[in-house]
Amino acid sequence: MFRNQYDNDISTWSPQGRIHQIEYALEAVKQGSASVGLRSNTHAILLVLKRSPGDLASYQKKITRIDDHMGAAIAGLMSDARVLSNFMRTEAMKSRAIFGRPLPIYRIVSAIGDKAQVNTQIYGRRPYGVGLLVVGYDETGPHLYECAPSGNFFEYYAMSIGARSQSAKTYLEKHYESFAEAPLDELVRHGLHALRDTLQQDKELNTLNCSIGIVGVDHKFKIIEEDELQRYLDLLDNVVDTEDIVQEEEEEGQAAPMDTEEA
Amino acid sequence: MNFDNNNNNNNFYESVGNVTKQTTRPIVTGTSIIGFKYRDGIMIAADNLASYGSLARFKSVERIFPVGEFTCIAGSGDLSDFQYIKHLLESLMIKENYIDDGHVLTAPHIHEYLTQILYGRRSKLNPLWNSLIIGGFHDGEGYLGYADLLGTAHKSSTIATGLGTQLMHPLLRKSVEGRENEVTEEEAIEIVNDCMRVSYYRDARSLNKFQRAKITAKGFEITEPYSVDVVWHE
Amino acid sequence: MSSIGTGYDISVSTYSPDGRVFQVEYASKAVDNSGTAIGLRVNEGVVLAVEKLVHSKLLVPRSNRRIQTVDTHIGVATAGLLADSRHIINRVREEAQSFRDIYKYQVPGKTIADRVGQYVQAYTLYSSVRPFGSSAIIGIVDNGGPHLYMVEPSGVYWDYFGCAVGKGKQAAKTEIEKLKLSEMSILDAVKDAARIIYAVHDNAKDKEFELELSWITKESGKHQFVPKEIAEEAEGLAKESLNQEEMKDD
Repeated sequence: MFRNQYDNDISTWSPQGRIHQIEYALEAVKQGSASVGLRSNTHAILLVLKRSPGDLASYQKKITRIDDHMGAAIAGLMSDARVLSNFMRTEAMKSRAIFGRPLPIYRIVSAIGDKAQVNTQIYGRRPYGVGLLVVGYDETGPHLYECAPSGNFFEYYAMSIGARSQSAKTYLEKHYESFAEAPLDELVRHGLHALRDTLQQDKELNTLNCSIGIVGVDHKFKIIEEDELQRYLDLLDNVVDTEDIVQEEEEEGQAAPMDTEEA
Repeated sequence: MNFDNNNNNNNFYESVGNVTKQTTRPIVTGTSIIGFKYRDGIMIAADNLASYGSLARFKSVERIFPVGEFTCIAGSGDLSDFQYIKHLLESLMIKENYIDDGHVLTAPHIHEYLTQILYGRRSKLNPLWNSLIIGGFHDGEGYLGYADLLGTAHKSSTIATGLGTQLMHPLLRKSVEGRENEVTEEEAIEIVNDCMRVSYYRDARSLNKFQRAKITAKGFEITEPYSVDVVWHE
Repeated sequence: MSSIGTGYDISVSTYSPDGRVFQVEYASKAVDNSGTAIGLRVNEGVVLAVEKLVHSKLLVPRSNRRIQTVDTHIGVATAGLLADSRHIINRVREEAQSFRDIYKYQVPGKTIADRVGQYVQAYTLYSSVRPFGSSAIIGIVDNGGPHLYMVEPSGVYWDYFGCAVGKGKQAAKTEIEKLKLSEMSILDAVKDAARIIYAVHDNAKDKEFELELSWITKESGKHQFVPKEIAEEAEGLAKESLNQEEMKDD
């Protein structure tokens, strides 16, 4: 029934020094559709792919606003995510109430990490089945963090989580050095590009299945979706794609393969 | 505790059970403190006396302490509560320091924090019996705030607490208000000395031994205790 | 490990017939898989160094630290599961604060090591929890001078002159044993700490790593990351000595 005798309890170590239940929880994150996050010197953004259970249903929201200066994208169990985002909102409010200060991003992320860790050590509990990408802008600039069910969290220049996120990661790793100086539109374009790489073959990004979260200098956290999104999707399809090719030609001195829909 | 003149209240407590006695008066106290803006930042002063009722009980108590590099707190009222507040802030700053994420608590944050602590305690009918002055330097200018046992808080370019509101505040307002950006450090020191002298003449709970703190763009500086010349009769 | 699979190794509240608690040993395996962490104690203070493995180039450099400050005079370097390490560090911080609340001065080394040891040990007693997959090296300067402790997943702790934990612990220990710690200046200890971390790093298995270097000098009494110039110099020397070693090997 079980793969081995060490993988059914959260409170059991395997002889190799692993905890299988944590590793399985990490798999739950990959069940969710992809989320991408990236940051420049001025902005941090999130881009997500949404799913709908059917034609009669709406698309499940995946970006959540935590405060004016912070938002999160979710991949995995949505109900677990709601618990965590409620917690984050409460903490953000507390910081404003007690110190009159927007909560520094590192602190909320580490609080989530500490909360998640407890669930990995006590019999009868299970780790959160959700991965988060948290973006925010505070006194020390824009930030992007990934939080995992294991209680680990890391700060990245760019990261993706969820189904087929490896394709997005490959794109981000190739381009991340140009993100720092990129203007907002350029950053969004890169993000959409990375997100598009996670799509299945017959799918396209559109105003229904995609949304974007943006925060930065003089830019309160804002979710962009539906009609408002079209402007950004256009960015991807036409204008800048050619720029990208030109740029790559310059860099590599040869024609780059066309970026098409294949994953 | 028997509340003879307040039977209703007494019955109420008995019916609730678990009667706790809250702070109803300060015990060992510090008298008025002052703070004001001047050209380079903020000047604060407090004497070194801790009174036990009308007894001058301790004569070398420091009532100004720094919080971080650009904030100083001065306190009047109950001194054990003041020491507790000092402990709270020290613990807070240790925590802020080890989090090590580049964020620093500045004077407005500390002012807000103290106000919430004081308001929280007064809402439990168990106040921290103090009036505090928060002086700091933040965003290129001086920051001067006040917070007290009622949870009341405000900012002003001149602040005095306790009897000092009657004795020293009028002097401060006359010399500082409207001239915050003109008053030099030398003049500011004179203003402090004049105020503390008047306080010593008129306030029987004061002492002619006090400390002065300045908070400027360069950080804070707290003087050793010193006195001013006084002439009781000519 | 002949008892693997016999059923005596799935709960921390079960002894094996020969009197071992396998779950604690397995937890220690997680520590052995981690990047190396070392601590050196000399007369002038304590130096901590960590080989922080970098699993992605998208990570922001110098973030996600594995050495943390506790109170002001304690540094903790950890090896093992990151989240478990944070849990332990949080506990060290709480203990340091509670000591301060009661006694109004900084917690001494043996007190903090003992309290943390007891806490970690409690997680080896009950089947409802698992032991920590993390070892903590605690560096501290108190009234009695510099001290170095290491708390292991079993809850056991010792006072050390030099200690090492993680992947390269054997090689690191061999190197540390060659040092004359009692005669060494703290600046030399920094250089040796950097050198050892570079020496034990396995280029074949792990690609990138970041060196974290911190100290508590007796002079300042504060735990701080080693100032940039000194750290860079130490790191430069470490790389140099590594190259020389390689040339010798060739």
